[in-house]
Amino acid sequence: MPLAFRRIEKMLRYLPLVFKNTLRNRRRSLLTICSIAASFCLLGVLFAMYQALFLADPTPGQARRLITRNRVSLTQVMPAFYKQKIQTVPGIEAAVITMWFGGQYKDEQANRNNMFARFAVEPEDFFKVQVDVQIPEDQKQAFIRERSACIVGRKLADKLGFKIGDRITLVGDIFPGNYDMTVRGIYDSSEDAETLYFQLEYLYQSMPASRRDFAGTIGILLASKDDATRVAREVDAMFANATVQTRTETEQAFLLSFTSFLGNVKMFLFAICGAVTFTILLVSANTMAMSVRERVKEVGVMKTLGFSPGSVVGIILSEAVVISIAGAALGCALAAVLVRGLAEIAGAFSYQLRTMTLTPEALMICLALGAVVGFVAAVVPAWGAARTPILDSLRYAG
Amino acid sequence: MAIPLSYNVRNLIVRRTTTLMTALGIALTVAVLLSVLALVEGLRTAFQTSAHPLNILVMRKGSTAELNSNFTRAMFQDIKLKPGIARSSAGEPMASLEMVQVINLPRVDAPEGANVTIRGLPLVGTEIRPTLSMSAGRWFEPGKREVVVGKSIAERFPDAQLGRKLRFARGDWEVVGVMDGGRSAVNSEIWGDLNQMSSDYNRSEVLSAAIVRAEDPVAMQALINDLSADPKLNAVAKSEQSYFDAQTVSAAPVQFLGIFVSIIMAVGSCFAAMNTMYAAVSRRAKEIGTLRVLGFSRQSILTSFFFESLLLSLLGGLLGCLLVLPLNNITTGIGNFVTFSEISFNFSVTPVIMAMGVGFALFLGALGGLFPARNAARKEILTALREA
Repeated sequence: MPLAFRRIEKMLRYLPLVFKNTLRNRRRSLLTICSIAASFCLLGVLFAMYQALFLADPTPGQARRLITRNRVSLTQVMPAFYKQKIQTVPGIEAAVITMWFGGQYKDEQANRNNMFARFAVEPEDFFKVQVDVQIPEDQKQAFIRERSACIVGRKLADKLGFKIGDRITLVGDIFPGNYDMTVRGIYDSSEDAETLYFQLEYLYQSMPASRRDFAGTIGILLASKDDATRVAREVDAMFANATVQTRTETEQAFLLSFTSFLGNVKMFLFAICGAVTFTILLVSANTMAMSVRERVKEVGVMKTLGFSPGSVVGIILSEAVVISIAGAALGCALAAVLVRGLAEIAGAFSYQLRTMTLTPEALMICLALGAVVGFVAAVVPAWGAARTPILDSLRYAG
Repeated sequence: MAIPLSYNVRNLIVRRTTTLMTALGIALTVAVLLSVLALVEGLRTAFQTSAHPLNILVMRKGSTAELNSNFTRAMFQDIKLKPGIARSSAGEPMASLEMVQVINLPRVDAPEGANVTIRGLPLVGTEIRPTLSMSAGRWFEPGKREVVVGKSIAERFPDAQLGRKLRFARGDWEVVGVMDGGRSAVNSEIWGDLNQMSSDYNRSEVLSAAIVRAEDPVAMQALINDLSADPKLNAVAKSEQSYFDAQTVSAAPVQFLGIFVSIIMAVGSCFAAMNTMYAAVSRRAKEIGTLRVLGFSRQSILTSFFFESLLLSLLGGLLGCLLVLPLNNITTGIGNFVTFSEISFNFSVTPVIMAMGVGFALFLGALGGLFPARNAARKEILTALREA
């Protein structure tokens, strides 16, 4: 123990020397730091993406929600009476039928903002299940009362200038026809405030009687999130022998299935992170090799003065670590700024990416990785410098 | 007078470790860019070879995709008899009424399942598609619960092997054939008899869309106008080619991420190249002085070091191309926003793409080499000669 202490104390004593060394060729250190920073900036952004996609904790509401859909695929509907049957499973507080509408609002080719999600829902049950949705009571009642009413998210309303009382016409494609509706409420939600919801009954009434009473998905609110696995299993078991079978999963897993739709995202992120880390290693190793080569004579002098080979290795390693941590810190700072801007753009492709941030964990991983990479990159040059005999190094012409 | 290029080549060889490390850094940057470009190119090829230049897709007005279009048998009876439609070998009009659905099948590397398009069509529909052949088995027979799967489906989905049964709609469907559509999107679809499928889905009257083959390009334009303008039909007709071209947007997220990554990596490798070149300049200060004494102008020193940087990055660019070559023809799949199902295609590393990679590397080298080269050219002869 005392020996280890002495070691650390000795290293600390050399710290000013280490800093001096990094400043000796300022341009090179600066360029190296910039180069490493660019790579770490990228790593930071990719970590934030990965975190948002695969590791983010569900919101309290989300953790309690399940989604049931037709086993064959999301594009195929289920009979509406499934909802009543599902509600008999113990542990379920509420359930709501939700139907993806599709359709067009004005000209979507001309203005991409006109593309937004539209769902037909059962208004009363919708508010029961979507506990994160906040809306003034009078607006809520107005939506429940009026068959041709709709509500829009705050963000959507801001983007397209919707106000309460505005009339909106949606042109259906899956459900042909013109659907006129009136905005009766604007809701806020921590999860998603860019959707339009209108009454399912309005949609049913526009269909021939034979094609009514179907459900796209059924959202379920659990009394406790611990029941998720059991309830999902029981619901699917209930319809195992029916013509239309179901698949029930947590809302988080359901949303993630859309991400897998973008391709093998996980592998893509891993491959890029690998390439980037390797690049940092190359840059860092290259710099240290250049820096050591320049200093062979100096190392000889140091050893003549009594520095042990171990101290020489330690000093060179510390220099590399200092430079690469500086690069990592700068990169993370850039990443934190960049992530904010990207969340908006990337959110258009994947819903989860909207909440992308550089978490303290990701930051720590980046800095630790910086230290490790700097260390690894300098091992070979440092070892070489420490092992060169004093006479050879003093004679070295540079 | 110019300094010979062999001087630079030899310098790069002498400092091979540094050269190789810097070049590898550039190579990785180029490789990331190229793999994304190869992915987009592969997808584009898939969509381009999917369409026949004379085919017309007819959907209900207001629909943007087959999946959300409704097309009745009555509408189809009307368009079948329009003038300008080519005839099949049997003398029938080459018009195919089709129904499209999406089913979810478990895949080897995605046990939770991936979406696959299934298409019900009459046999004449198989004749309308370009470059379609059977790689195993036979076509489905009308009226039977049989399906033919695309080549990529057979490779990627264990349930869709020849002789096995798929379960969707009201029961089991036997896989009787594997079709090979070259590089086209057909490889990612499952086909079966229209009447059998539509009755299974309770959609005998309301199907998805129709595809017709025009006699020639002139007839094609006339037919498109005719179909779109017919008030009784209430339909929209477009060339199959334009329909597929629009689907290339599916690669947009990957493309966006890839280009973003390459740009940032490019900034990093540019700094690294600069670093290497500055080191080269300071190590060779004496040499530069000597060259100047021998009568080489500042201009030729500048050009020489600039070329050396370009050579370094050229090496990186070529290495990058080598790195992505193994990707060529590897099959991958991404979700198609229009069909809501997965399309599989092959990475396609074309000469054009490789040239773009080398160009990108040279651009990096030029940026990274400019300042060090200027620094070299500006050195005063005496101080340069005196530098250690």
